[in-house]
Amino acid sequence: MHKISILMRKEWSEVFKNRLVLGTVGFMPLMLTALPLVLLRVMGGDGGLGEVGTGDMPASFAQLCEGLSGAECAQYFFVTEFLLLYMLMPLMIPVTIAAYSIVGEKSTRTLEPLLATPITTIELLAGKGLAAALPAVAATWLSFGVFAVGARLLGVGPGLLAKLADPMWLIAIFVVGPLLAVASVSFAVMISSRVNEPRVAEQLAGLVVLPLLLLFFGQVSGLILLDSRLVLWMALGLTVLDAVLLAFAVQLFQRESILTRWK
Amino acid sequence: MIVTERLGKRFGDLQAVEDLTLRVNAGEVFGFLGPNGAGKTTTVRMLSALIGPTSGKAWVAGCEVGKQDGELRRKVGILTESPGLYDRLSAERNLEFFARLYEVADVAGQVERYLRLLGLWERRHEPVGGFSKGMRQKLAIARAMLHEPQVVFLDEPTSALDPEAARLVREFIGELKHEGRAIFLCTHNLDEADRLCDRVAVFRTRILALDTPAALRRQLFGRSVVFHLREVAPAYADRLRALPGVSSVQIVDRRLVVGLDDPEGNNPQLIRTLVDAGADIQFVGELRRTLEDVYLRLVGQPDAAETS
Repeated sequence: MHKISILMRKEWSEVFKNRLVLGTVGFMPLMLTALPLVLLRVMGGDGGLGEVGTGDMPASFAQLCEGLSGAECAQYFFVTEFLLLYMLMPLMIPVTIAAYSIVGEKSTRTLEPLLATPITTIELLAGKGLAAALPAVAATWLSFGVFAVGARLLGVGPGLLAKLADPMWLIAIFVVGPLLAVASVSFAVMISSRVNEPRVAEQLAGLVVLPLLLLFFGQVSGLILLDSRLVLWMALGLTVLDAVLLAFAVQLFQRESILTRWK
Repeated sequence: MIVTERLGKRFGDLQAVEDLTLRVNAGEVFGFLGPNGAGKTTTVRMLSALIGPTSGKAWVAGCEVGKQDGELRRKVGILTESPGLYDRLSAERNLEFFARLYEVADVAGQVERYLRLLGLWERRHEPVGGFSKGMRQKLAIARAMLHEPQVVFLDEPTSALDPEAARLVREFIGELKHEGRAIFLCTHNLDEADRLCDRVAVFRTRILALDTPAALRRQLFGRSVVFHLREVAPAYADRLRALPGVSSVQIVDRRLVVGLDDPEGNNPQLIRTLVDAGADIQFVGELRRTLEDVYLRLVGQPDAAETS
């Protein structure tokens, strides 16, 4: 653990001096926290939605609105859309950090001296991975916490507030989020082994958000219902996927692979 | 400190290193010379446990390569061809990071020691990105030494250095040698290798020759004396060839280049013979073969003396 923490501290002290990385890590949580709060504020406790009924919601969604008024259900519908967008944070932030961290080392030729130290492959991958994933997970949790407190301060009804503590939200934020971060880091490692420019790696690895966007548009159109069951399946699926991706990433991070096969 | 037995490395169809057997002792500076693509970097990577061999065995600082790699890396220091430093971190932070990875007990003390030794202490807080090539090279040398390794691999240590800095580094290498460390030096600066190295190996996938620089010069070229004459006639060469102890005579412009086993013993007889033959001798000297001549002869290029 000692070498892992040494590496993580070095990564953070170096990567966060990069304005592009800092911008991504700072701007995304800010936007994804502020937007739903602004939406709730605009929609208000009632916000002109007094005439809206649960019948105005997609039928599949309406069943999640037990105990909520029509207006609250409408608010809950929009806020639930943001849940999927919250998942962008544990996907995009690690990609950005890992791309600059790993590809940056390739381009500055610092990998070989690093590999020459007693650090093991697992420590190296864990250090780089955690340095990329932890800020993303922390940003996600912090944003959710700020959103929940903000919603309370905006006077959102107790029924809606209780929904935010629903297992769906808790599993999504505290389980799926970290699993997405691991997947994102592993994907970034694989991409980074083949490209030599951090921005190219960032753009290619950013493709990892596509499945999430599909899910988002599926929910908006009513084709998919994001509920506890779906979120649980996501968690299970991601666990398996993470195991596979990590195995690939560990293989790619072997010293000989890095020195002889990385472009 | 370094022992290899028929060490080899193959990448697919390419045999990068073949049948490498050598020994480097403590307190020795060993030069490893070869053209680009010869396999020198591959050899250093195997011996520093960065990549594994595909054949043969090696032991470095008492650790077997491929079996005790973690412990081996604690005992060796390596200066890679490219310094490889973190531009956004200061010189001090760069060294502190590596000192911690190498589990150095007194991080601050070692960092200060080597920054002062290499003349970088006053610039320790500055980001490395603003350093000149020479300063980066010195910082990379400091990084290789932080954990006081018993074996040091240096790849082009004086490249990009001004003469003063290069001299400082050469003196530093000399001190390392006197401290009993084994130094494995890869360099294209053959003059430097000639000055620093106790023994050298000329290498191209396999060892072409291995010995002290003086012995290699004798083995390949013997010793030669050059007579600078006002005018050269073939008869002079014929007279010299008939003398005992003369192995060869060449006419090069207005010079006679005479191969001898014992110049000190034979020179008086040669001079008398030439004077008797009517030659006007302007100058006599021994032909100084360089390590460059040895290297070029071994790797298949015409040597400098023959073309001058």
